Amino acid sequence: MGDPILEMRRVSKSFFSIKALRNVDLTVYPGEIHALMGENGAGKSTLMKILSGAYRPDPGGEIRIEGRPVRIDGPLGGRAAGISIIYQELSLAPNLSVAENIYLGREISHSGLLARGAMRAGVGPMLERLGADFAPSTLVAHLSMGQRQLVEIARALHARSKILIMDEPTTALSAGESERLFALIRQLRAEGLAIIYISHRMDEVYALGDRVTVLRDGALVGSLDKPQIRADTIVRLMVGREVSSFYKKDHDPQARLGPPVLAAVDITDGRRVKGCSLTVHAGEVVGLAGLIGAGRTELAHLIIGASPKTSGHVELEGRAVTIRTPGEALDAGIAYLTEDRKALGLFLDMSCLDNINLAMLGRDAKLGCILDRDKARDRANKAFAALGIRAADVGVTAGGLSGGNQQKVLLSRLLATTPKVLILDEPTRGVDVGAKSEIYSIIDNLAKSGTAILVISSDLPEVIGICDRVIVMRAGRIAGEMRRAATSPLSQEDIMALATGMEQLDAS
Amino acid sequence: MPHDNPSPAEAASAAAPSFAAAQETKRQRTRLIIRAAGMLPVLLLLCIGFHFLSDGRFFTGQNLGIVLQQAAVNTVLAAGMTFVILTGGIDLSVGSILAAAAMAGLIVSKFPDLGPLWLPAAVLTGLVIGVINGALIALLRLPPFIVTLGSLTAVRGLARLLGADTTVFNPSIPYAFIGNGSLTLLPGVVSIPWLSVIALLVILGSWLVLRRTVLGVHIYAVGGNESAARLAGIKVWAVVIFVYGVSGLLAGLGGAMQAARLYAANGLQLGQSYELDAITAVILGGTSFVGGIGSIWGTLVGALIIAVLSNGLILTGVSDVWQYVIKGLVIIGAVALDRYRLQGSART
Repeated sequence: MGDPILEMRRVSKSFFSIKALRNVDLTVYPGEIHALMGENGAGKSTLMKILSGAYRPDPGGEIRIEGRPVRIDGPLGGRAAGISIIYQELSLAPNLSVAENIYLGREISHSGLLARGAMRAGVGPMLERLGADFAPSTLVAHLSMGQRQLVEIARALHARSKILIMDEPTTALSAGESERLFALIRQLRAEGLAIIYISHRMDEVYALGDRVTVLRDGALVGSLDKPQIRADTIVRLMVGREVSSFYKKDHDPQARLGPPVLAAVDITDGRRVKGCSLTVHAGEVVGLAGLIGAGRTELAHLIIGASPKTSGHVELEGRAVTIRTPGEALDAGIAYLTEDRKALGLFLDMSCLDNINLAMLGRDAKLGCILDRDKARDRANKAFAALGIRAADVGVTAGGLSGGNQQKVLLSRLLATTPKVLILDEPTRGVDVGAKSEIYSIIDNLAKSGTAILVISSDLPEVIGICDRVIVMRAGRIAGEMRRAATSPLSQEDIMALATGMEQLDAS
Repeated sequence: MPHDNPSPAEAASAAAPSFAAAQETKRQRTRLIIRAAGMLPVLLLLCIGFHFLSDGRFFTGQNLGIVLQQAAVNTVLAAGMTFVILTGGIDLSVGSILAAAAMAGLIVSKFPDLGPLWLPAAVLTGLVIGVINGALIALLRLPPFIVTLGSLTAVRGLARLLGADTTVFNPSIPYAFIGNGSLTLLPGVVSIPWLSVIALLVILGSWLVLRRTVLGVHIYAVGGNESAARLAGIKVWAVVIFVYGVSGLLAGLGGAMQAARLYAANGLQLGQSYELDAITAVILGGTSFVGGIGSIWGTLVGALIIAVLSNGLILTGVSDVWQYVIKGLVIIGAVALDRYRLQGSART
């Protein structure tokens, strides 16, 4: 395989008393796609930030590039050492052209005047090589997410990087765009680049990875070569225990299926959701699976009145209800946990107490408007105990909590309204493993107590682990439905086939 | 993986985050205390500084009364502005509303039978204009800056129109005592100008609404994260109309205070650029310009800083021209200091 391009030896990083990274050895060869996996907080981003120069590693470790020891100092250090990182949130300036973005910080100028023509000419061949279907003079704002990713890659290549680190590059991409990105990554590998590919998605790692390295709690727990790459092995390494005990599902709706609680009938918004109907029974956990962009979140938003329906209606316990705003949905007994808790869920500057009580303030108020502070504190304390929220006090601001605890705070707000229907949109996104399994057991307990639960999730093992029934959406429509049976557990392949439309190909 | 028997390393890693969490909450608390104290030290330093620079003329009963009286109208406007800025908005029209309300009040006071109704008339004028501002912002989804910039001009025109562009006098205006009288607490020793009493009541009322009512939490929530507020079932439009309504109402009250003090109002001159002092007081008070963070007590301190600066600079004999320069620089410096101290907080 030749000489390694990047060697990290005994690299550690501490923040005060916490070891974020412990004696990590990582070797990357040119012309290899090296997948880096691990749960949130496992140390992936710390490792990346060391390579980019944002963090200085603890003394004692060593980083070699092409055999020479290097010190990576400051944000430009990584680039100088030949390392480029493409972050999840792309770092392009949308108001500038493609060429200007690629040259950002290294503009060509003639006696102080910007040489736009020369810059455009300079990036032309590069874009062509990458198969770009847009001109160097195009404004980045006009590009799709996939095209922007390509600009980021072009920028990295333009800086003559030999190591390209990609952090979950497909999160914002459509299936087609992802496929094109994979082809491009393979092309770059053939050209001899070393690619460190960070992803949570098993299918991508299967498709691309030449080698997989797994981090857990800041330590490297295993490196697998291509033939050894298997989902169960990787999950076991990431989680550190058997997966079967990870998902908790004690409730059994087959034994005593409750009456239908939520029925969405022929919901349409004229754009992303096209005539979707579904039913959730009391005490049942129904999964809503599908690819990103299939319209699952949009459907949930239509059900709770966060965006307007063009047709269709919602029935609750057999009666049609009018829901025009999320407030009306809450009053009717439908609570929705958003997938984007920081932007759409929590008030990061407000206390956990206020965050938890927000939906109940009006119902608790004395004289119709005065806060009942004792009741609020009592409820927050109970929620902390019931959901195992770890923070010094209910008065601390929500922004300071970890992802898992934030999610539990948000969940507490919904549970305070004692909903009949709970719609959970990616309930474990950005949540560490421990909190994940706690959230699963919260969901399980709610189902046992008769709540009807709809779980939107892109994490297939999770869907299979906790749901009684799975509805699959594809391109704005319900593509199919699967029920868990004692004899045949739900299968990841069947769900994927429905989500991608492959079952139609098989049939023809 | 033996889960019931963790290795020492695992045990350490499990203990570390909780320790970090404890440290983090401690840091948060310190930050909260700093934020709560806010600009109070600056205010005290200014007072003490001016006391020495003016050879002991600052801390006298009479002078403190003047400072409080001078701060009163701005405090009332700034209280309304605090509501607005807490939701992430801005109200540039308060100075014009003040003028229009004072004009409306004086005109009503000249009707023989309606005289005593001039006070509610002024306040109501402010409320109506404020609600119109709020409705334009909440229902038509126009940016607050644009809407209130427009009403800054339009309402100023309205104020001039009301008095046919003249000054309206009424030497026998009812309730004139609120403009020039004082509430005597200890006869001959302690008395507080009625204007200041009103301002303090407004601050207390604002605190009550912001911190003790459901609506108050909703105001902070809308400013902290409007989309999340909407998803949480808060009627964002109602909150927005309310805060601009309060700002208008308090500007109307400010107009009444000015009218009672001057026995007169002029649509052109009254309240010119008062909105800037009100905004300055709110910002000095540590309220975040993007909304969601801040307190009414900070606003009170901010308004007092502005009044103390004006008063102190006059006491020390600084020329009018230099007063402007110094006031501006002190404001920038104070806020810069504040930002520096609060560095590392989630948002400012």
